[in-house]
Amino acid sequence: MTNPENLKYTKEHEWVLIEGDVATVGITRYAADALGEIVYVDLPKVGSDTTYMKICGEIESTKSVGELYAPMDGEVVEANNSLSSAPETINDDPYGAGWLVKIRFTSLPELLSAADYNALTGE
Amino acid sequence: MQTTTLFEKHQSLGATFTDFGGWNMPVRYGSDLDEHHAVRNSAGLFDISHMAEIAILGDAEEFLDFAVVSKVSALADGRAKYTMICEADGGVIDDLIVYRISAKDYLIIANASNRKAVVKALEHRKHGFNVDIRDISDDFSLLAFQGPKSAEILQSLITAEADGAKYDLSNLKYYAIAPADVAGISVMIARTGYTGEDGFEILVANSSAEEIWDLISQQGVSPCGLASRDTLRLEAGMPLYGHELESDLTPFEAGLEKIISFDKDFVGKDALQAKVGKTPARKLYALKGEGRRAARADYEIFLPGSENPIGKVTSGVLSPTLGYPIAMAYLLGELDLPVGSKLEADVRGTKVEYEVVAMPFYKRGR
Repeated sequence: MTNPENLKYTKEHEWVLIEGDVATVGITRYAADALGEIVYVDLPKVGSDTTYMKICGEIESTKSVGELYAPMDGEVVEANNSLSSAPETINDDPYGAGWLVKIRFTSLPELLSAADYNALTGE
Repeated sequence: MQTTTLFEKHQSLGATFTDFGGWNMPVRYGSDLDEHHAVRNSAGLFDISHMAEIAILGDAEEFLDFAVVSKVSALADGRAKYTMICEADGGVIDDLIVYRISAKDYLIIANASNRKAVVKALEHRKHGFNVDIRDISDDFSLLAFQGPKSAEILQSLITAEADGAKYDLSNLKYYAIAPADVAGISVMIARTGYTGEDGFEILVANSSAEEIWDLISQQGVSPCGLASRDTLRLEAGMPLYGHELESDLTPFEAGLEKIISFDKDFVGKDALQAKVGKTPARKLYALKGEGRRAARADYEIFLPGSENPIGKVTSGVLSPTLGYPIAMAYLLGELDLPVGSKLEADVRGTKVEYEVVAMPFYKRGR
């Protein structure tokens, strides 16, 4: 099991780290592996609002385009801009340096535990 | 889904798989970009055993001149030609490489997804010819060993044959084929490929495929999957059936009419002859973009500022070698766009600038 226990997950293969009223969001190893080598990331702008399960960004690999679904309602307070020059960081370190955005959330939906997510992806 | 003889080998190497024309094939083993760069800079090894091999024995040269659009009887022994097999209406059934072993013995390599259609078309056309059409795809594996270091590595693995002579690859020209022994195993080596690099395609009996795969791999050669195969062929401007070639297209739309020989009788001749000198409804263009967002298959193309699409992308990717987006697209033939023409692609709701460039996108240095 490669999915860290301290994180929460969505069915759209995102991970969420809750710290106070800010959530750090990334995509899971499973999602990164399924996309293949990531070559382009389009992240929401700092200050923009997010709506639960609405598309707020795009992640492209050589072979396909993946959509980033907002895991919660809130406002983007930080985006990982280092990814624009090194998008492959998401493949190399999806739970660390490959984080995508930080959202100051206004409400939290129900999220999956690591065990639930492992079950979802058959791990 | 069908699997190749090497399926378990790919599993043991940790490959990710995909359905390709009914075959469960490796997409990548690790990073598809690393695999791509390995082929451009060093060498890479692909299992392409899903592709169809068809042997034509007997009056092969007369028969194939009638069955395909090129004059393959004009090939010297041991030489090959890229050609197509078309319907009577000129539509492309498949693109093929035809190898002449001798006047009585030709080998066809066809796309996996078109195997049945090609064999059926050949069978329909054989009336009046004394030929034996043998689909040998299930008995043979095909490995593509591609990249600037492939010749040196493969030469080091070639062993002496019964007569004591070792095959010298420097005698094997581009688009040529010859029998040789690799570690004592009899194989056919063709200097052909689908990457734009120097390289080889090795036809080997299934029973020895793993041994050949392991031998080459042990020389520090990376295994490569279909993801890198696709980005490599696209950079090299090579068409992929189902994208740039279809049964409702002829060689003219694809800009490949030069492979047709009209000085012989063949299936599709009348329909194709009627197209000579005429502007096709659609023409295949090479396009270059900016930034990192690639227009992909089926994205629409526009003249700048216009809302009326002039065509669609057939294949598109952020080129790993060149660092900018590249695409092939079928656009209205009547536009006759010169190199340098500015266009726009609709990339998921955003118009992105593209420009017409010359095919191929990438050409290896000599």
